Amino acid sequence: MNEKVSAAAGSVVAGIDVGGTFTDLLLIDARDGGSVHIAKIPTTVENQAFGVVSALGATQFPVSDIDLIVHGTTTTTNAVLERRLAKTGMITTRGFRDVIELGRRTRPQAYGMTGTFVPVIPRNLRLEVTERVEAGGAIRVALDEQEVREAVQRLVEAGCESLVIHFLHSYANPTHERRAAEIAAEIWTNGHITAGHALLSEAREFERGVTAAVNASVQPILERYVARLRKELAAQGYARDFLIMNGNGGMISARFVTAESAKTVMSGPASGVIAAAYTGKRAGFPNLVTYDMGGTSTDVALIRNAEPAVSNEIEIEYGMPIHVPMVAVHTVGAGGGSIARVDAAGLIQLGPESAGANPGPICYGRGGSEPTVTDANLVLGRLAPKKLLAVDHPISMESVTRIFEDKIGRATGLSGVDAAGAVLRLGNIKMAGAIRMVSVARGHDPRDFSLFAFGGAGPLHASALARELGLPRVLVPARPGITNALGCVVADMRHDFVNTINQPVGGLDVAQAAGILARHRSEGAALIAKEAVTPETIRVTHSADMQFIGQTHIINVPLPSPHIERAVLQDLFERAYFARFRVELPEIRAVLVNLNTSVTGVRTPLDLSRLIDPAGRASSLDAALREVRPVWYGGTWHDTPVYDREKLPLDAAIEGPAILEQMDCTTVMEPGDRAQSDADGNLVVEVGR
Amino acid sequence: MTTLDAITLSVIQAALQQACDEMDLTFSRAAFSPVIAEANDRSDGIYSAADGSLIAQGSQGLPVFVGVMQYSTRTVIEMIADGRCLPPEEGDIYIVNDPYLGGTHLMDVRFVMPLYRAGRIFCWLSNTGHWPDIGGSVPGGFSASATAVEQEGLRLPPVKLFKKGVLDREIHAIISSNIRVADQRIGDIKAQAAALLVGQDRVNEILDRYGDETVSEAIAELRRRAADQMRAHIAAIPDGTYRSKAFVDSDGVVNEPLTIALAIEKTTDRLTFDFTGSSKPCAGPMNSVLATTLSSVYLAMRHIFPDVPISAGAFEPLVVNTPEDTFLDAHYPRPVSGCAAEVSQRIAEAVFAAMVQALPEKVTAAPAGSSGNFALGGSDPLRGRDYVMYQISGGGYGGNAGHDGLSNGCSTIGISKSPPVEIMEQAFPVLYRHYALREGSGGAGKHRGGFGLAYEVEILRGEARASFVMDHGRFGPQGVLGGGDGAVNEVTVFRDGEAHVPPHLSKEQDIPLKAGDRVRVATPGGGGYGDPAERSPELIRRDVEMGYYTPEQAERLFGTSYR
Repeated sequence: MNEKVSAAAGSVVAGIDVGGTFTDLLLIDARDGGSVHIAKIPTTVENQAFGVVSALGATQFPVSDIDLIVHGTTTTTNAVLERRLAKTGMITTRGFRDVIELGRRTRPQAYGMTGTFVPVIPRNLRLEVTERVEAGGAIRVALDEQEVREAVQRLVEAGCESLVIHFLHSYANPTHERRAAEIAAEIWTNGHITAGHALLSEAREFERGVTAAVNASVQPILERYVARLRKELAAQGYARDFLIMNGNGGMISARFVTAESAKTVMSGPASGVIAAAYTGKRAGFPNLVTYDMGGTSTDVALIRNAEPAVSNEIEIEYGMPIHVPMVAVHTVGAGGGSIARVDAAGLIQLGPESAGANPGPICYGRGGSEPTVTDANLVLGRLAPKKLLAVDHPISMESVTRIFEDKIGRATGLSGVDAAGAVLRLGNIKMAGAIRMVSVARGHDPRDFSLFAFGGAGPLHASALARELGLPRVLVPARPGITNALGCVVADMRHDFVNTINQPVGGLDVAQAAGILARHRSEGAALIAKEAVTPETIRVTHSADMQFIGQTHIINVPLPSPHIERAVLQDLFERAYFARFRVELPEIRAVLVNLNTSVTGVRTPLDLSRLIDPAGRASSLDAALREVRPVWYGGTWHDTPVYDREKLPLDAAIEGPAILEQMDCTTVMEPGDRAQSDADGNLVVEVGR
Repeated sequence: MTTLDAITLSVIQAALQQACDEMDLTFSRAAFSPVIAEANDRSDGIYSAADGSLIAQGSQGLPVFVGVMQYSTRTVIEMIADGRCLPPEEGDIYIVNDPYLGGTHLMDVRFVMPLYRAGRIFCWLSNTGHWPDIGGSVPGGFSASATAVEQEGLRLPPVKLFKKGVLDREIHAIISSNIRVADQRIGDIKAQAAALLVGQDRVNEILDRYGDETVSEAIAELRRRAADQMRAHIAAIPDGTYRSKAFVDSDGVVNEPLTIALAIEKTTDRLTFDFTGSSKPCAGPMNSVLATTLSSVYLAMRHIFPDVPISAGAFEPLVVNTPEDTFLDAHYPRPVSGCAAEVSQRIAEAVFAAMVQALPEKVTAAPAGSSGNFALGGSDPLRGRDYVMYQISGGGYGGNAGHDGLSNGCSTIGISKSPPVEIMEQAFPVLYRHYALREGSGGAGKHRGGFGLAYEVEILRGEARASFVMDHGRFGPQGVLGGGDGAVNEVTVFRDGEAHVPPHLSKEQDIPLKAGDRVRVATPGGGGYGDPAERSPELIRRDVEMGYYTPEQAERLFGTSYR
């Protein structure tokens, strides 16, 4: 089980990502110079492990030859979003059991006095015990151990499978939480005990409590899943340890992952971003805005210098913050299935309603009758009619167009085609706006960034979006549809550390701060040494969360070196603040809030040049041409060459308009765009203006 | 419409909205005041050059500022026109907080900036931020017993705080000398200005791209369409007059309830709001200025029809008769500090109570509707310094046609989060003895009200003075269609172990406290919706299992035994 894998030349690595719709597998066999095996099969929702095994089977690659499997999973994501959680109890400080139900006095939306909220753990399973720690960490009221025993016993009898200990100010003094967990462990033998401070050692009892509650209530589910998958893989001949993609973008042994199960809630989205960073770095574009468009939603993230932005303040849904470091992926509620309609004022609106996967867009032929973004793409010639309409109950192009005319065109005086064009433009504007809010609006110059488009529908809209956002280029990876699986294959091992300092920079204890960073480094290295994979190098990055004294929001400032100097810190902060807000505040002191470190065990680089099989490439562009069809761009139809993406010559140079089709993805180049393919099979599209 | 097609119109609408959202984001992230940074007690918008009418406003702006800022912007335009204000130049930013010039209370400070295109003003950008202090007799500005606006703080007419982009140090010095914790306000001033500059960049990009003329046409057309959309909603309401009443506990000075009497008349595609019969202007700070009264009506209607975009057009079909000679149309020097936090919510409650009769599917029973302001000012001997602590709190929302009300929801007029107990205990010499769901507080109904909050704070060190500006202490939030009222707000102060209840129940100022003394607050539950006898037995059983009601309460309120 603990045999080490170097993942170096000569090894076989498989990345398997289980998404909402598809399970994707990407296997790279370095023994023969990086041959690539790919599988894409429908996700088996009830037991994702079956899909994983089927995907392995589909490649017909001998499973016993695989050295390493890295897995991205939506097991915990689905458990949280669908509230299919393990029955979990919580023990709190007397007087505070309702903290995770009361929240921070909010409502789901700014306007409208309706909406509901269901706490992660119901009130009857939240019990109180006598104990109290003060804000400074002093113990005011001793822990009543007998009450702890009784509470644990009651929760066992109630049928709870998992337990949270959540005491006030445990981040300042964890003694009581630790002791209560010890007592609980005598009775609670399955090990599913989460102490609030252990996962997140920061003030804010609601956020810490919810993070712990989510962790505990997905832990048994993740553990069962890991056990099942391990058994299934062993049956196939893979007896080694496998790794799981964590929400922070690093992978971690399946043996260790469950202790911090909450971190896997963003497993899938994180792997896509990791793949983007890796691909972008190799292609020479280290600054990216990633854009993964799916059926109901779109994920967006920011990458600077090949490092994905990480946040400690992700909110999975209303009232459900998970405050552990995770790749900052922002979800925008618009996707291919977003439904267009005309409102009472006669204006076209898009979403938030979505046709989802069922019934899906009209063109899926599953009974969808509302016009969606995907349908608009079809009507406008951007998606291949033959392929999309090849479903069980095909709908004719005319009837899709007619629906646009009926539902959008009639009230707005537009033809069916123009109505589809309007829906497409509006969709792009809305997505661009939402993307801007979470990326370039935060003080970054769009001209420094490229749009990394993936997912089934990302490359369909990317060129138009980059125009909207002022991004000069689009990077479309060789296989946009399996980007998450690629992320699994290339991910490093990563551990993040945060320590709260809260000292004005002027009075900072520099030696203490340096000591903290040194401790982060050694702890991180020790954790990585325990993993099943030996890294090529260890990379350490430090950053500081800073603010002006009196502020509550922070900005993250990368630290170029672990040697902290007050003047340097002050200067870095002032520059970062001015870049973000164009504000200078010489009259106010700066404060160092947190010191952060991420320790990464970097794996041996993988050769991606065979993601698209070089043998299948045509000798000229013309030889890759599938057809020429009329496609709508900004109000006019252009005869547009449609190429087979996988047959493009290696050094292809293409001028827009053009369409590139591959197995599960269509890339649209608008008129004026110029694209060049590179050695890894990426397409670099310089966006026309 | 020659150049304007439906696509361009939708696109420009989305782009203007985005510009405002970005202003909101910048303001919050760069601000110092927790009221702005954490509680988002701020708003940003774009206003017409001609009369300041609202073009677009950030979707995450404080709801009560929805209508207000167009009046203050309009006042600035008028005062420039008649010479009471210096004429604008590019890069100028006016500052104003005068409640009687289209404002709320003094703490809400507005910045107003002209946006120039080719030497002419194309539109105005404005924002409002709630400053944590603006001088006056009480730290934080919420005096419960002020009788004139001068006691409430520094009042600023529109003056240019930035001249051609440069901060006027003299005006800044005057402001700094008249407010508490002044050293950090420069950070808020720069954040507030930075938000306007972001807006300027964004709007310029929109204009460069689509052309000034096209955008102007689009703005006019969007306004017309928002009006049409609101009219379409109104047209579906049965003709008639819908009446309601709501009560403010007292004005803080005279211990008698204030009445809001509302009659909403629906004719064709218009609603007329008439407050005849409401109480006279009051001695204490529960007066509302007209701009706040109008805005309260608008925000209540937006809660009912959240799909209508915020623009002046949406307000056109809503006619509010000026409530002359009532406390809802205050003039100088009436004190007004309670208008934005409490009176506005009673006005919204009156609108809900009238409209639920017409639209029972859309409107909820009354929400708790109080900001729950509890201010504690004292000195901490351990740290050797003075402090001012604010605790705001939520309450239960009203039940509605679809489901039970939310527990511990934010005030009707706000979207602000309350601070964590751990942060409060770090910052101030206090200890919370409990912070809990207030059991039994939700009004009974087919769909019950949400539950309020119960908390108790003990003073750990030194001496302090407690002040309260809350409401619903006398009457609970109204149940509708047979539903019961939510529980009333309760404040109890324990001094030397002896219980003291404020004579005005929800309002009192400067109660002296020392170490060991305690303040206990229980906030209102929401009103119930529909006949409690129609509530599903399954839901009642669950409520008892969760401890939301005792078996006895459940039996009394819902009429069946669930022991």
